[in-house]
Amino acid sequence: MARKSAPRRKSGSRKAPRKSAPGQVAGSARMLSVLKEDGSLDPNRDPGLPTETLLHLYETMVRVREFDRRMLVLQRQGRIGFYGPILGQEAATVGSVAALEDRDWIFPALREGAAALMRGLPLHVAIAQLIGNDLDRCKGRQMPCHYTFKEGNYYGMSSVIGTQISHAVGAAMAARLRGDDVVVAGYMGDGATSANDFHSGMNFAAVYKAPCVLICQNNQWAISVPISMQSASETLAMKADAYGMPSVRVDGNDVLAVYAATREAAQRARQGDGPTFLELVTYRRLGHSSSDDPSRYRDEAEVAAWEQRDPVERLRRHLEQAGNWSADDEQGLQDRIAAEVNEAIREAEAAGPPARETLITDVFAEPTPGLLADYRDWLAD
Amino acid sequence: MAQSTLIEAVTDALRHEMRNDDRVVVFGEDVGKKGGVFGATTGIQEEFGDQRCFDTPLSECGIIGAAVGMAVYGIRPIAEIQFLDFIYPAFDQIVSEAAKMRYRSGGEYTCPMVIRTPYGGGIRGGHYHSQSSEAYFCHTPGLKVVIPSTPADAKGLLISSIRDEDPVMFLEPKRSYRSVKGEVPEGEHVVPLGKGRVVREGTDVTVVAYGAMVPVAEKAAEAMQQQGKSVEIIDPRSLVPLDEELILESVRKTGRCVSVYEAPKTCGFGAEIAAIVAEKAIGHLEGPVVRVAGFDTPFPYALEHLYMPDVRRVVAGIEKTFNW
Repeated sequence: MARKSAPRRKSGSRKAPRKSAPGQVAGSARMLSVLKEDGSLDPNRDPGLPTETLLHLYETMVRVREFDRRMLVLQRQGRIGFYGPILGQEAATVGSVAALEDRDWIFPALREGAAALMRGLPLHVAIAQLIGNDLDRCKGRQMPCHYTFKEGNYYGMSSVIGTQISHAVGAAMAARLRGDDVVVAGYMGDGATSANDFHSGMNFAAVYKAPCVLICQNNQWAISVPISMQSASETLAMKADAYGMPSVRVDGNDVLAVYAATREAAQRARQGDGPTFLELVTYRRLGHSSSDDPSRYRDEAEVAAWEQRDPVERLRRHLEQAGNWSADDEQGLQDRIAAEVNEAIREAEAAGPPARETLITDVFAEPTPGLLADYRDWLAD
Repeated sequence: MAQSTLIEAVTDALRHEMRNDDRVVVFGEDVGKKGGVFGATTGIQEEFGDQRCFDTPLSECGIIGAAVGMAVYGIRPIAEIQFLDFIYPAFDQIVSEAAKMRYRSGGEYTCPMVIRTPYGGGIRGGHYHSQSSEAYFCHTPGLKVVIPSTPADAKGLLISSIRDEDPVMFLEPKRSYRSVKGEVPEGEHVVPLGKGRVVREGTDVTVVAYGAMVPVAEKAAEAMQQQGKSVEIIDPRSLVPLDEELILESVRKTGRCVSVYEAPKTCGFGAEIAAIVAEKAIGHLEGPVVRVAGFDTPFPYALEHLYMPDVRRVVAGIEKTFNW
């Protein structure tokens, strides 16, 4: 298939990165799209989900959005130390995780915390992680947003960008070796496509035909660096070609397109046909984290344009048009979720700090004699 | 018991554990049909098939990254890195990921895996086939670091490392692969991690040495015997966890300590030994704790015989603990 190559930069002259109009999706390549911004569906690509599934997707996105909003408020109030918001990216995580089976494993990056909630991590335990208290499953050892939830096959990531890609691939290889009917979803952001582990992970996945789906949320910003400075490729999806891996570029704010693409990719992996790379094109509407001020480096008009492409409102429009959602339903859901989050915050904040001995446990299965001696000396002093 | 070389003992341990536990897999560059550049995996793919012993693309960070994912999922990967000198592209995967897995996840996820790699000088390998950078890994909490010096220990320690619940760096002294031979128990043979070995008993001075430095220390001890000095040699066998008590017990008896290592001197693991002895046995010392180590230079090619601690330098180091 012929593909238009990206405009080449003249050697010797450093041009400023190409500036796209506000809200224009980076790169001109087409994207898989099912649910239009006006709420209508492309009948040829509609995955045909039953109404209750659509309602569940909607409710999940609303819950994730409210959780996200409230956690940022808690950070501003000084009740948690840091937070990485996902506003505007709800469809990417919710649509892709919904398309997996519960037995499938998830290797997340920073903005897939919603996946842990979808797999059953209680809200108050998630908040305990953000606080870093005694209820936190990480025992207060990691910065906020580093959830871990083994019962839900949700992996606990590090903060180093891209390292989890080859972990996802290795886990997929192990699952196949054990004869388990398990597919692994490995997530990353656009910045991760520049990291060493992207190259080695993509290559290993393709060489071994590992049963995995590698999912890139291209939210177009890696802290302050725009996608045009991250890569000279016309799209991120096209990078998969060089590894001999199929890829799909998807409207990441279209929950049904994300669902359909992930479903198909997972099916391929499950049948033994190998990995797929998905580029979910979306947008990070807030800062990289609570410590970031994006007004220093980007145009607010761009953000405003992307607000018009909101993934949650898009699905609500569709549900309303089909007569499956009303203003009363919306009010009821909002009230219920607000109460859930309030209750979860109360429960999480009631916990105390992690136990003192968690300083030295879990370095190894058993502390080394040297560490144990130092700890006991410190207790005695 | 059969006589075997150190590298044959490594192969023996791999085969033993792969028969014993079907979760164990072996992979790395050229480990399949070729059996590894030194031959450590000779016959492994033939016996266990290419699903359990396989070649990888040439990417150390990919090898270790995939191994982390496998270990987290629940199998037992043994990754071979062709030379310790090539491990640095995987350094992040080792120190940020494997080493921290248990701690950062509150014990939910663990990373039981072995990274086997030949290390050290003495084979005319130049800068990129000779380094002895064990100290980098000892400095990272969450990694065990194991170095055998005999064929029996190579087998017993490797079996323990494969069965361990945490990541183990298993560093094999390549100079000793074929030059060191010894009796190796057949079948099950386990040497626990964290237990050192008294290589030779003595009363006047303790020499702490590991890996390819143990045979050098033994020859130096013979030479000192001619001068009427009795040398005790301790091989810690695992640097993390370290059998501190065995070293301290020996130094309390002899009153003198020399630590021998082929890595560059500054911040080498032997410096840690010296610090432990100074901190916990100062009252028993009758002379300075002396380090005999490589020079603080990149590893040389033509002059490697001058760089590596040899019998003459170890003897000179021992003499310094008497004459200072």
